[in-house]
Amino acid sequence: MLKFTSDHEWILVNNDSATVGVTAYAQEKLGDLVFVQLPKPGTVLQAGAAAAVVESVKAASDVYAPINGEITEVNQQVVDDPTLVNSDPTGKGWLFRLRIADRSQLDGLMDEPAYRALIADAP
Amino acid sequence: MTKAISKSDAPLPFASRHIGPSPTEVSAMLETVGAASLDELIAQTLPQDIRERERLVLQPALSESAALEKAREVASRNVSMTSLIGQGYYGTILPPVIQRNILENPAWYTAYTPYQPEISQGRLEALLNFQTLVANLTGLEIANASLLDEATAAAEAIAMAQRISETGRTLFFADRDCHPQTLAVLRTRAEAFGWRVQVGDPMRDLDASQVFGAIFQYPGTFGDIPDLREPIAQLKASSAIAVVAADPLALAILKPPGELGADIAVGSMQRFGVPMGYGGPHAAYIATRDIHKRALPGRLVGVSIDSRGNRGYRLALQTREQHIRREKATSNICTAQVLLAVIASMYAVYHGPDGLAAIARRINKTAGVLRAGLVALGWTVRTSVFFDTITVEAGERRQEILERARNMGINLRDIASAGRASHIGISVDETTTAAIVEKVWCAFGDTPAAAARRSIALADTFLAIPDEHARKSDFLDHPVFHQYRSETELLRYMRRLADRDLALDRSMIPLGSCTMKLNATAEMMPLTWPEFANLHPFAPASQAQGYATVIDELGAMLLAVTGYDEISFQPNSGAQGEYAGLLAIRAYHRSRGEDQRTLCLIPASAHGTNPASAHMAGMEVEIVRCNDNGNVDVDDLRRKASAHADRLAAIMITYPSTHGVFEEEIRAICDIVHAHGGQVYLDGANLNAQVGLARPADYGADVGHLNLHKTFCIPHGGGGPGMGPIGVKAHLAPFLPGHPEQPDGPAVVGAVSAAPYGSASILVIPWLYCLMMGGAGLTAATEIAILNANYIARRLESHYPLLYKGRFGRVAHECIIDLRPLKNAAAISVDDVAKRLIDYGFHAPTMSFPVPGTLMIEPTESESKMELDRFCDAMIAIRGEIRAIEQGQTPRESNLLRNAPHTALDLAEEHWQRPYSRAQACFPEGVLPGQKYWPPVNRIDNAYGDRNLMCSCPPPAAYRTAAE
Repeated sequence: MLKFTSDHEWILVNNDSATVGVTAYAQEKLGDLVFVQLPKPGTVLQAGAAAAVVESVKAASDVYAPINGEITEVNQQVVDDPTLVNSDPTGKGWLFRLRIADRSQLDGLMDEPAYRALIADAP
Repeated sequence: MTKAISKSDAPLPFASRHIGPSPTEVSAMLETVGAASLDELIAQTLPQDIRERERLVLQPALSESAALEKAREVASRNVSMTSLIGQGYYGTILPPVIQRNILENPAWYTAYTPYQPEISQGRLEALLNFQTLVANLTGLEIANASLLDEATAAAEAIAMAQRISETGRTLFFADRDCHPQTLAVLRTRAEAFGWRVQVGDPMRDLDASQVFGAIFQYPGTFGDIPDLREPIAQLKASSAIAVVAADPLALAILKPPGELGADIAVGSMQRFGVPMGYGGPHAAYIATRDIHKRALPGRLVGVSIDSRGNRGYRLALQTREQHIRREKATSNICTAQVLLAVIASMYAVYHGPDGLAAIARRINKTAGVLRAGLVALGWTVRTSVFFDTITVEAGERRQEILERARNMGINLRDIASAGRASHIGISVDETTTAAIVEKVWCAFGDTPAAAARRSIALADTFLAIPDEHARKSDFLDHPVFHQYRSETELLRYMRRLADRDLALDRSMIPLGSCTMKLNATAEMMPLTWPEFANLHPFAPASQAQGYATVIDELGAMLLAVTGYDEISFQPNSGAQGEYAGLLAIRAYHRSRGEDQRTLCLIPASAHGTNPASAHMAGMEVEIVRCNDNGNVDVDDLRRKASAHADRLAAIMITYPSTHGVFEEEIRAICDIVHAHGGQVYLDGANLNAQVGLARPADYGADVGHLNLHKTFCIPHGGGGPGMGPIGVKAHLAPFLPGHPEQPDGPAVVGAVSAAPYGSASILVIPWLYCLMMGGAGLTAATEIAILNANYIARRLESHYPLLYKGRFGRVAHECIIDLRPLKNAAAISVDDVAKRLIDYGFHAPTMSFPVPGTLMIEPTESESKMELDRFCDAMIAIRGEIRAIEQGQTPRESNLLRNAPHTALDLAEEHWQRPYSRAQACFPEGVLPGQKYWPPVNRIDNAYGDRNLMCSCPPPAAYRTAAE
């Protein structure tokens, strides 16, 4: 199951695990990334809490936890090479995984058609 | 027949030199903008309900020579003494070659902050030298390019320590041997952030497990060199951060903080050739370990490559800064002290590592001789391990000795105020001669003849720094600190660097919100007069009567301009002013039992420093929306003010707005905030549109800062110095910042800067500016600033959409043109236009502030019609180049804009394969070969620089290898 937030994050759900990254639209708006900061595994986050930071030369952006959960894994590769987020935002550019605490929160997120409609309206 | 003397033969007043357009040009420009007269234009621009009815009246304007004569007389009221007070400020020798070619050279002092790297390579290199110097001296890996002063640098370091310590503790420890002004500024900063400060003896009182960090002075303010290894080790064991405030000159011979285990070092580079100036300006430094680089506040210069793969410099990691992070920024620091950092770096280039060590050893020896003489005279000297400062037990005779020294022209440090009732402090420096040492002995009871004999007898005394404190490591091995030791070589090096940069001495710098106006030579001249340059900030007030006159007269004129009742000159930057103003507001609410008023409303269009300052003053920020015209959405404001009425502390608002428009509703905005119990903070960044026409305090402001480096002619210095004094209405006057060296009783709000009058010496510039302009001149300057902006707006609006206008279609003193449509139409960004302007010999306007994808243009009153036309012609020609892309005549991927700026290397390219000619690239319309400015690098790769961060001088072999 693939979900999206209005903050331009994607969430790929696999059993009780959710993989989170930023969308192609978001990386395009940010420009060439130069730095990614990821949370420590074991961190417990509430939905809406700042989980990661992605920085380009012009902008710094928080990436929020889309749902409640505990960080289980982070993608060290994007820390070493932030351009992966630009070149493959929904693949090799994933940021972190968390263990889903409350599945019902997934219902509040957008599906792909809804997200496409959102960015179609954006300036 | 000779012509009779007539009124028209009178010398032109200064105002007509300061103001660019001639009366004939003004008429022509009025015609272009479609206004019958200046009065009509102003009436169409300023809302009627804020327009002052009375004319601004100051003393009659002085000519340049009369003003300089007055300045001479006022300077003579300052008493030139030898100050051995120390406490962070020391005599120093500014090499004349640096004084004339940097400090007195408009190529250096009129430059702007190096945000456009291709036209700033000279000062970026000098700043990289500064960072290398600091990193080497402190034994740490990375240093920034300057903070405001040592005390605020210490406060920044503590804030940084809190961010990186991860302990979650809220207590920090401050060495009682820190300079008193540092302790004062730390207390102020900690109070607003909600931290606690414990001041004590590190060897006895420090419990490392309870603190998130500690700061030590090295050497201590009373002269002792402490052994910091043990307390630093304890801090490390408790995951707390060790900060060392170190004298950089001492570090030439003392073990550097990095080798002692410190995480952060801060200090003042003043004694690297920068005159004391009654408190400033000087550059402060901060250095840290590589792992903490992203937490470092302030501007950081880094190495990158340009589009040809050649080395180039740029400002690195800008996302840490307030203009991007806003309330999440690590600090509100914006203007720093670039000019002074450049001077300090050149002082090191001039002396080299061996020269610096020799100066340090000489100073250390002089202190040793002084001490030996005092001991021989029977005095108890409390300091045994020292660099340049000793403390003497003077007992009952303290006052008598201080007075005797003063009578001989020497200021010693009275430590009574620091809680050591019977002690006298003596700090020697690079300028201290044997004759001065003899006089000090005489003050302590020696006779001149005996003192002279003693001098000879003790000449060989040298107490070397004890081995465990002595520096063993080399520093400054980079060639730049070895190659330019002859004056000829240094002169040419400084000239080469200056030639790489575009400053006001070459062309207009139309940066919106920055007010890059004339910095008249007459205003600058007194800065290096010894009467202004050599005063110690803590010298007795009786010796600073000249400064008192400048401060009083300037203060009175600024109050007349703004309508406030009181002014404080302590904040030494605009951002510092914001912080001090918000502290005043908070203290005011508290004094009325309304501690809960901590919410600060800030319009979306505000300068980034606003939310960052609010955060530092302990306030929460709520953003107020702006409407499509760029004005504050008054309904949203009303809603938010009323929803938070019990918590509302203030609004921070810029006027005219950052969108360059006089909002009609400003009075209503102020009234709404007042009605809900809040105070109005007025950001003075755009005061240049109001002087003589409207007064902030009259239309509703309670407090606000004035950017003396914008509106009142202090040069930008390539990114500082600045001054941000705050004006307040009477009800806020009790809450202006206090200072430990101004014993007017305890102040409610503590110190915000190291020195009582901030960077006092540069106050001479706005003082002379106001004296020479007079009320009518200042008003005329405002009117012409508005005319110039409207002239540019009118000339450009048929080529680029004009984003915002006032009710009658007028802009204020700046205008915003919209380049966003060009992104789709021709794949052209604001960067491309900015870089192409370099080919035309111009500095770009402000990019993407306050609206992304736009350019904000502020010409100021100082630019003539000729220069405005040259700029407009360039902008229009560039629009033509873009049209060729839009129409498909030129490819989107490779064109005059995308490949800009063009360099001499482009011109010399063997196989030119671009879809335009070399001549079009390098000599566009209006650019004559003899007047061509050649950028030294092609477009700098920003991402490369941030991904491969390097912030000190690269080894010479690294040249060109970066790309390979």
